[in-house]
Amino acid sequence: MKVVILGCGRVGAALAKLLTVEGHDVTIIDQSSDAFNRLGQDFPHEKLVLGDGTDEEVLRRAGIETADAFVAVTNGDNRNIMAAQIVREQFNVPKVVSRIYDPIRQETYNGMGLESICPTIVGAKLFHDALLHPSRATTSPTQSIAHGRSVPLTHFDQKRTES
Amino acid sequence: MYIVIGGGGQVGYYLARESLRNGHEVLLLEKSPARADQLIEELGPAAMRGDACEARVMAEVGVDRADVVIAVTGDDEDNLVICQMAKARFHVPRTIARVNNPRNDKLFISLGIDVTISPTRTILHMIEAEIPHHTLVPLMTLSRAGLSLVELTVPPDSPASGHILRQLELPSSVNLVLIVRGAENITPTGDTVIRPEDHLFALVTEDGGAILRRTILGEEAEEEILPQA
Repeated sequence: MKVVILGCGRVGAALAKLLTVEGHDVTIIDQSSDAFNRLGQDFPHEKLVLGDGTDEEVLRRAGIETADAFVAVTNGDNRNIMAAQIVREQFNVPKVVSRIYDPIRQETYNGMGLESICPTIVGAKLFHDALLHPSRATTSPTQSIAHGRSVPLTHFDQKRTES
Repeated sequence: MYIVIGGGGQVGYYLARESLRNGHEVLLLEKSPARADQLIEELGPAAMRGDACEARVMAEVGVDRADVVIAVTGDDEDNLVICQMAKARFHVPRTIARVNNPRNDKLFISLGIDVTISPTRTILHMIEAEIPHHTLVPLMTLSRAGLSLVELTVPPDSPASGHILRQLELPSSVNLVLIVRGAENITPTGDTVIRPEDHLFALVTEDGGAILRRTILGEEAEEEILPQA
């Protein structure tokens, strides 16, 4: 699958590595070249695009015209919302998912058919379960909750050995 | 009229002040605390600290009874979301967004914003209108109709010069609305003769603009097209 990720923050970089390990073709966009350091040395240089992800030219440079999926995970809700709509309206990318921190904004755009993940709600639910239903909490390093163990990012590159 | 303005920069401030002066009910929202304090001092209760992208803030100021929401922050993505939230969540009948990157003009309209205002494009057009070349000058864009009002001056060597309009066989995508000849305003008919130095004003589609240019300037003028910003 050809995936374009907007925003090379912690989530964007982790997702890019995860998908790359699984054999997907990933291109990642960020406005700051420093952000690309999060990907490590191994990430192919030609898959990094420096620029504003709400600019159609920058999206084109990232190969959006032939992409199967687009993920918007910059730190700005509005930036993610706008980029996702550009990609959906102008480039007809079949799968578009964005991160929206504000639950009300997420609900509103959900009603407009924009697929998104709200880390605020997801996080609150996970904490809720960790407090009240510890048995539901998962321990895999690729899952969100770890029981008193550190989960280095490099685990993403290794095969899961436990379940 | 109740006007809610998002973004208390220079544009937002003067917009609020003039709208108040014209007797409208105005609420100006500014998210930076320091700037908001300044605006409250100047405008009193017509200014408030708050992020116009936040539904909670918008509900608090009663945006659901607003006649119009105007988003004039310096960030296009914020202006887009302010207007879309106002429309989708609070059913505001009219939304106006400032567009800083002129390329976002068409996008915003396609995403449901009623009116876009692009200062960059406006200034570009004004600069173009001052250029003495015989070229197509876009004066105004009617985005939703897909039409532009353009101005074109007939050059001395125009292949159209001396011909009556009917002979030019302009298609329906070119609607010639006015010819200014010296001090005279002429409403064009099929029998109107085109003369050098005539100022032509036409409503055109994108294709129509190219046809008008070819007809009046000749084939070789093809490259003279002005960038649409």
